[in-house]
Amino acid sequence: MKMTTKAMLVLLAMSTAACTRPDRFGGADDMNASAGGAPLGNTMPQGGASDPRSAEYFQQTVGDRVLFVVDSSSLTPQGHATLDGQANWLTTNSDYLAIIEGHADEQGTREYNLALGARRANAVREYLISRGIPSARLRTISYGKERPIEVCSNEACYSKNRRAVTVISVGSLS
Amino acid sequence: MKNQFMIAVLAAVLALGATAPVLAQGGPLRLTITDGVIEPLPFAVPLFQAETAGAEQVASDISRLVAQDLNGTGLFREIPQTAYISQMGAFGAPVAYPDWRAINAQALVGGAVSVNGDQLVVKFRLYDVFTGAELGEGLQFAGTVGGWRRMAHKVADAAYSRITGEGGYFDSRVVYVAEQGPKDNRQKRLAIMDFDGANTQFLTDSSTIVLAPRFSPSGDRVLYTSYESGFPRINLLDVGSVSKRQVQTAEGEMAFSPRFSKDGSRVVYSIANGGNTDLYISDLNSGASTRLTSAPSIETAPSFSPDGSRIVFESDRSGGSQIYIMSAGGGEPQRVSFGAGRYGTPVWSPRGDLIAFTNQESGQFHIGVMRTDGSEERILTTSFLDEGPTWSPNGRVLMFSRETQGAGGTSALYSVDISGRNLKPVPVQGGASDAAWGPLQP
Repeated sequence: MKMTTKAMLVLLAMSTAACTRPDRFGGADDMNASAGGAPLGNTMPQGGASDPRSAEYFQQTVGDRVLFVVDSSSLTPQGHATLDGQANWLTTNSDYLAIIEGHADEQGTREYNLALGARRANAVREYLISRGIPSARLRTISYGKERPIEVCSNEACYSKNRRAVTVISVGSLS
Repeated sequence: MKNQFMIAVLAAVLALGATAPVLAQGGPLRLTITDGVIEPLPFAVPLFQAETAGAEQVASDISRLVAQDLNGTGLFREIPQTAYISQMGAFGAPVAYPDWRAINAQALVGGAVSVNGDQLVVKFRLYDVFTGAELGEGLQFAGTVGGWRRMAHKVADAAYSRITGEGGYFDSRVVYVAEQGPKDNRQKRLAIMDFDGANTQFLTDSSTIVLAPRFSPSGDRVLYTSYESGFPRINLLDVGSVSKRQVQTAEGEMAFSPRFSKDGSRVVYSIANGGNTDLYISDLNSGASTRLTSAPSIETAPSFSPDGSRIVFESDRSGGSQIYIMSAGGGEPQRVSFGAGRYGTPVWSPRGDLIAFTNQESGQFHIGVMRTDGSEERILTTSFLDEGPTWSPNGRVLMFSRETQGAGGTSALYSVDISGRNLKPVPVQGGASDAAWGPLQP
């Protein structure tokens, strides 16, 4: 059992290596790679946001992120609704893998925020697993407070920075 | 509640300062560093003698840097050269003490510099003006002309040490994260510099996120967190060769917040797995790992006691993050922080007497110190975002990161002494965070 999990993780790591970049992060334009760096993958369907199989559709219509209250990793009712949509989409599009990125606002030390982001990413991961997504298709990472998408120092920005973003990529596990 | 406490602490510190004898008048020159407010000790550094032709410039540079180091502590105050009644004679010649007493210079630093090719020799003597005697023996340092700043720092360390009876901290280096770019596209890379911001050298490029570098006890290696692999992992960097490798850790989705053991052979760090962060320790050579904590809460930011027997760390097992101490082998931790707000990033003083920390309370951040049993907490700084203290080699000064707020917010390094005095920015080019202060250099 343990061996199997390990082997699958290795396989997952290998298959995602080609289509992820270090420091990719869930900024709004990330899928369009305008935040700097290489595109996430070149095997994505190119149909744009109107194609329900596209990454843009997942990002914009399904919703790629959930938000959290201060110092919490509890999913909100709105978060549950978004993640139900993500689970449905991932069930339909079973060739996609997802890396779930946890983020924190700047109110906290660097180390604590890394750990808090890991909690948030894991809350999303566990919810998606509870909705039937195989754990081998999911991986988590925390960026702590290193990658804010909003830059002001008040709640209007903090509330958007306290997020977990599901970043999808095409894999070959199926 | 918190404010009242802080006022009480401040009052206690001030009262202590008012009654503490800091300079015994009439006796030999001795400055006792107390936690109270003191009157800086007046000193003079006449231009060092150039003993070889062409050494004038470096002699001048070295004597100015010695004065700058001593002035920068806040414990000493330089008497301007324009006030001098006479100049120093040849190095080692009798000193005209009355001329220095007349301008109230209590300490006098004399020096001479010679240059032969690339070789630089600096000699120095320290005089106690009011007793009219030399304080300690003359000293001589040899190095290269390019390393003149280190020679000056060594002279200043010797003077500081003789007057205060404590180790110095000027001939030391700081590894930190150099920052560039706006908040939503910040580029980070590791850099190393002298304690005073000079001689900056970059150790990594900015192609990936790097965080929280930590020096080995001898200052030859650096541990840090890197996203180079796509996920947070711990890297070990050799400062001399700038070569690096990933450290083998316990299995986990993320490894971060590393710090060396006191003998430099092991690393204590955090692993996050399934959303839970715990502490582990690994041998840097064999990779053998031991789990130190097993709690559903966040355990991170570990730091060893100077004798290596205990580890201080932060945990939110009680709700908000607080500071705990446990045996270096693990086991049941004792909570030591009980003040208002949250406590994090504890760092054990090299003297063993204090723990420095980051405190977050009512929307403000503070750097503070407490005794290792949590008593005598002192909040030293306040700002929108202060974090990540690191100790000077002698345990008297803290360096930390201060980030300004808003869209244009940037991070800079500051230093403050453990009484809360002498708060000032460290002159660094560009943004900087996550400083780690290394040992005195050999």
